[in-house]
Amino acid sequence: MAGTGNAHLRPDGQALLRVEDLVVEFPLGRGKKVHAVSGISLDVLPGETLGLVGESGCGKSTTARAIMSLPRPTSGSVTFDGLCLTELDGEALRRTRTQLQMIFQDPISSLNPTRKVSDIVREGLTIWGRRGSGDSDDQVNSVLESVGLDPAVIGDRRPQQLSGGQCQRICIARALLLDPKVIICDEPVSALDVSVQAQILNLLEDMKERYGLTLVFIAHDLAVVKNVSDRVCVMYLGKICEVAPPDALFEAPYHPYTHALLVSIPQPDPRIPITGEALQGDLPSPVDPPSGCRFRTRCSRAQDRCVVEEPEIREVDTGRFVACHFPLEPGEVPVTWIPGPVTDGTG
Amino acid sequence: MADTPILHSGMAGDKAPLLEVEGLKTYFRTNRGILKAVDGVSFTIDAGKTLGIVGESGSGKSVTVRSIMNLLPPTVTINAGGSVLHKGQSLRSLGKAQAKHFWGVEMAMIFQDPMTSLNPVMRIGRQISAGLRFHLGLSRREARQRSLELLDVVGVPEAERRLDEYPHQLSGGMRQRVTIAIALACQPGLLIADEPTTALDVTVQKQILDLLGHLQEEQGMGMILITHDLGVVAGRTEEVAVMYAGRIVEFADTQTLFADMRHPYTEALFESIPKIEHPSHTRLRAIAGRPPDLVDPPGHCAFAARCRYAQPRCLEEAPQLRHSDDPGHSFACHFPVGTPEGEEALAVNIARGATSAGLLLGDYDAKVMG
Repeated sequence: MAGTGNAHLRPDGQALLRVEDLVVEFPLGRGKKVHAVSGISLDVLPGETLGLVGESGCGKSTTARAIMSLPRPTSGSVTFDGLCLTELDGEALRRTRTQLQMIFQDPISSLNPTRKVSDIVREGLTIWGRRGSGDSDDQVNSVLESVGLDPAVIGDRRPQQLSGGQCQRICIARALLLDPKVIICDEPVSALDVSVQAQILNLLEDMKERYGLTLVFIAHDLAVVKNVSDRVCVMYLGKICEVAPPDALFEAPYHPYTHALLVSIPQPDPRIPITGEALQGDLPSPVDPPSGCRFRTRCSRAQDRCVVEEPEIREVDTGRFVACHFPLEPGEVPVTWIPGPVTDGTG
Repeated sequence: MADTPILHSGMAGDKAPLLEVEGLKTYFRTNRGILKAVDGVSFTIDAGKTLGIVGESGSGKSVTVRSIMNLLPPTVTINAGGSVLHKGQSLRSLGKAQAKHFWGVEMAMIFQDPMTSLNPVMRIGRQISAGLRFHLGLSRREARQRSLELLDVVGVPEAERRLDEYPHQLSGGMRQRVTIAIALACQPGLLIADEPTTALDVTVQKQILDLLGHLQEEQGMGMILITHDLGVVAGRTEEVAVMYAGRIVEFADTQTLFADMRHPYTEALFESIPKIEHPSHTRLRAIAGRPPDLVDPPGHCAFAARCRYAQPRCLEEAPQLRHSDDPGHSFACHFPVGTPEGEEALAVNIARGATSAGLLLGDYDAKVMG
């Protein structure tokens, strides 16, 4: 799995945000480098939520940061609303970037603990010199209200006096204040309790509708991604495996890795039996990724072809894109690993 | 909660259960006053059984097991009451000499974050063999040999090489396997796993939970599995205790709990999680509000302010944990879910659009009730 190609991109001009052949590498010295993201392409239509899902180290956060040029990608292009972000510099990049905002995983550490909530939220206006316009207080208050916080109660508090859920609401308010078109949410609910997680997910859906937002939603929790997304992109070791509408993807995955992810989700129903080993071994090192298909070292379907030839993303069904030489048939269950001496303690 | 019934896991017999916790109360001294982190928790565990403890942050699940393991900072902790019996013997009265070879031998624990629970500047091999040499008196060579076997058992490949590596050279899943190997080194009768997979990816989580289940079966260990994930308890435990604000609010065997949940908090927790079988953009039912401040807990039901079933009685009187018709199923609620009283309470609240505690019931409930 895990291949390159642009078959899944919508025609030019439709997308609000378009990422093509994005490569992000981090040098390690002595000629070695971390291949964090290796040639992925994405596009997001206006008003759409794109879910990026994959395990730690698959490059989803790096992709998000590269879209914001934090840092700038090694190669590839990021086009936002007709502007090529990767070619913009200095002031022009700063100005354009106000329309793309980010929300991070840990809400408490992404807020300055010594500042008051109202000042944290207002900061964007201050930076952009819109503070003097007189109605900045009104703007701050109304955005705080729209995320479900009472500005009179919360405005003078500091982040450490608030719960994780309230801090995440403040992060959302701060992101909304400059009226962005795109919000990139990097694991916005993974540090929260399930009850609060539901509040934040509902809030994001409401905000999306109210402000006409386009979202890129990154998470490792597949049920969460399914809940919020219009299109899901499964990543593995810096490559894209599968792109599909969420309901279809979760109904019948084509990629063996997507299948492995799905069967690993613990289901809140004791009647569902626990299946055999889905994946064996560890994620290979991104410093020296496997040749051909990057998933082949852990794939029960891998053949010789997967070693030498990297699969390209292709459309296997309407709206269903997969990068695999031997995709699953709808409903087919791949052979699970027979526990070998490595994973089985009984030997 | 002195009259709390003892919640019994597995078969009752003449033999004392592996672990018996009764009326456990653990308080903390804070600047704001006494914080009642655990306020009367009782349960028992038999060998070979797994008890799941579920709840949100701050519900007291970790404090419960840390009190059992004696791991809380003594300067601020108040042992406000209750007893912890291990095979009939009180753990609070353990002498120094006994205690020395009790913790880690009879009972062991694994933690959420495998990076911080391993010593970053000590080789893996030494960390595993430390317990073996101290508790079991093995020689250096024997301990190394045994460490090697343990790494094999927990599925760490190339165990020989790993013994001489440091924690940072291992992936998260491998590190958690190492902490499991350390915990299992002296073959404990009871393993306490405090959110063992929360920091890990789903596929690794599955591997670790499979491993724990497999080892437990093989060694007949009792296990307490703490998690906030209802999916994890569903597949991996025999019994579940749901905790809220320092108390157990519902206790049942896992099948019964999921098929027949009675406490509105259990139901709310279950409904707030996105389900993989629901279509995308399904509106989630969040739990409104926040848990109560445990420095100043309400005298009435702690969940009343967030509960869709709340009635005037819930704001006057704290419900006690009681058995239902099924002796293995207890819950602390005046208007349990799925009973005529509960249905009526909910219908009353929906009709007036708010609960007795003033919680507004939104469109969601109206829609669900048709």
